[in-house]
Amino acid sequence: MAELDTSILRPPTMERPDVRDAGAALAPSREPAVDAILRPSEPALFSLTDLSFWYGHKQVLANISMSFPMNKVTALIGPSGCGKSTLLRCLNRMNDLIRGVRVAGRVEYRGQDIYARDIDPVEVRRRIGMVFQKPNPFPKSIYENAAFGARVNGYRGNMDELVERSLRQAALWDEVKDDLKQIGLALSGGQQQRLCIARALAVQPDVILMDEPCSALDPIATLKIEDLIRELVNEFTIIIVTHNMQQAARVSDYTAFVLADEAGAGHLIEYGTTHDLFTTPKDRRTEEYITGRFG
Amino acid sequence: MAIADSQATVLRASGAVARRQAVSRAAGWVLLAASLIGVAILIFLAYDTVREGASRLSWRFVTNYPSRFADQAGLRSSILGSAWVMGLTVVVAFPVAIGTAIWIEEFAPKNALLTVIKLNLANLAGVPSIIYGILGLAIFARYFGLGPSIMTGALTLSLMIIPMTVIAAEEAIRQVPQSIRDGSLALGASHWQTVRHHVLPAALPGIMTGVILAVARAAGETAALIMVGAFTFIAFDNTSPFEDFTTVPVQIYNWTIRPQADFRHNAAAAIIVLMVAVLSLNLLAAVIRERFRRD
Repeated sequence: MAELDTSILRPPTMERPDVRDAGAALAPSREPAVDAILRPSEPALFSLTDLSFWYGHKQVLANISMSFPMNKVTALIGPSGCGKSTLLRCLNRMNDLIRGVRVAGRVEYRGQDIYARDIDPVEVRRRIGMVFQKPNPFPKSIYENAAFGARVNGYRGNMDELVERSLRQAALWDEVKDDLKQIGLALSGGQQQRLCIARALAVQPDVILMDEPCSALDPIATLKIEDLIRELVNEFTIIIVTHNMQQAARVSDYTAFVLADEAGAGHLIEYGTTHDLFTTPKDRRTEEYITGRFG
Repeated sequence: MAIADSQATVLRASGAVARRQAVSRAAGWVLLAASLIGVAILIFLAYDTVREGASRLSWRFVTNYPSRFADQAGLRSSILGSAWVMGLTVVVAFPVAIGTAIWIEEFAPKNALLTVIKLNLANLAGVPSIIYGILGLAIFARYFGLGPSIMTGALTLSLMIIPMTVIAAEEAIRQVPQSIRDGSLALGASHWQTVRHHVLPAALPGIMTGVILAVARAAGETAALIMVGAFTFIAFDNTSPFEDFTTVPVQIYNWTIRPQADFRHNAAAAIIVLMVAVLSLNLLAAVIRERFRRD
């Protein structure tokens, strides 16, 4: 169970050295292949072991084992419906909010299993921020949007400073500094998304999860967010789901390719540095996906 | 040339398209007629009431106590009684109703018991008001010994409007987009903080609409109040919720059943007063609602 089971995905006729065999030669350990490929050498912030996930009776994730390195951008790519967003939402327990879901396996954040009985999801989400696919600023002023998270978390410092710092970090300050009282919904889509990033930053999180943050934005706004991601990774760990492979190639240090089997359960197919994954994919399906032959 | 000619004829509605368009236009007229029937009846009723009652309208009609002489009788005690009962009803019913709606939509475990509760609420909203009157008489007037008092009337009307207010508030809370809840929870806000700062403000305009309808229904309620004993002659100003009382609709009923034609003019005049009062309340509520919506 602990090893990555991708065999069901593979057509039986295709005899290729798979991920496991490729790694086996490099790192002799208990599960050499999995560790070599799926656990980057940098210190891990998240470590997933056999993570499986069900919506009702439908399995959406199957035995995902991998770790996410600290202060890096890790991209999750894969075709629609492969479970990459579900995987992301497992990392800050946002899936808890949906009825009838079940999680199995371990998700360790700084060594703690975030699904352990004594873990409070509110504490988890305070440290692990999230930016959603569609910009979702609160129907309140820009200032209140940026201040809300800090406020509910009992922030006692100077709120004006915190709001300014967060908006500056999100590269939005210069555009909005003169009308902080304006409602957040009046901004453009790209500005709204940067406001959502500022809002997440104001809580002073450790990690920022981004669920296709640019899919509703035009190319210029997308570029701004991508520059911002490269800027933010100096201070934060970023995990981004994207269906845009160019984006993954541009912004991420590591890339994981997720693919659903016939039953719809997502498997981790390949994981490595973005450079390696895009230039020398080891799995044929990764190669086909990144060259645009399916998905 | 031949192609251009045939295209020109095709673009003019003919055959099936012409028939469908004719049906569509006819539907517009039928729907207009349906709307006009309601409006016409309403205008006729309003005209008839004004014609009957306008001659009795005067400041003295509003400030006089009831009397056995039609030309000296007024609405003073019934207006005061209505104000007392409505005020208390709002104070009792809305916290209960809105609290129930929030619990059902946001906190309740989604199980069979909840389905039963919701079904019962829907049924209660359809129970005839006279039944609530009997209940109020048995429980509040007799069992709790409150007698035919303002408190009994207010508690009875509260019971009557709580189900419909709960249903309207539930509907309003359901309309709040999940993305707002997600945004708040992802910042580490607790469930209650999310409800308090985002769900309730966003649902408030919808809740207000339900509240307005419920108040209007309670303001015009007669049967339940007659049942609990509001059908009395009151020639003093109410100063406490434990006194006997009457209300404007009960006074209207009182005047309507008298044989003398003069009292019927009084009833018509009182209807005008009640309509103006309810319309003003609705207008006020609409203004408040619009203000909330803008903020």
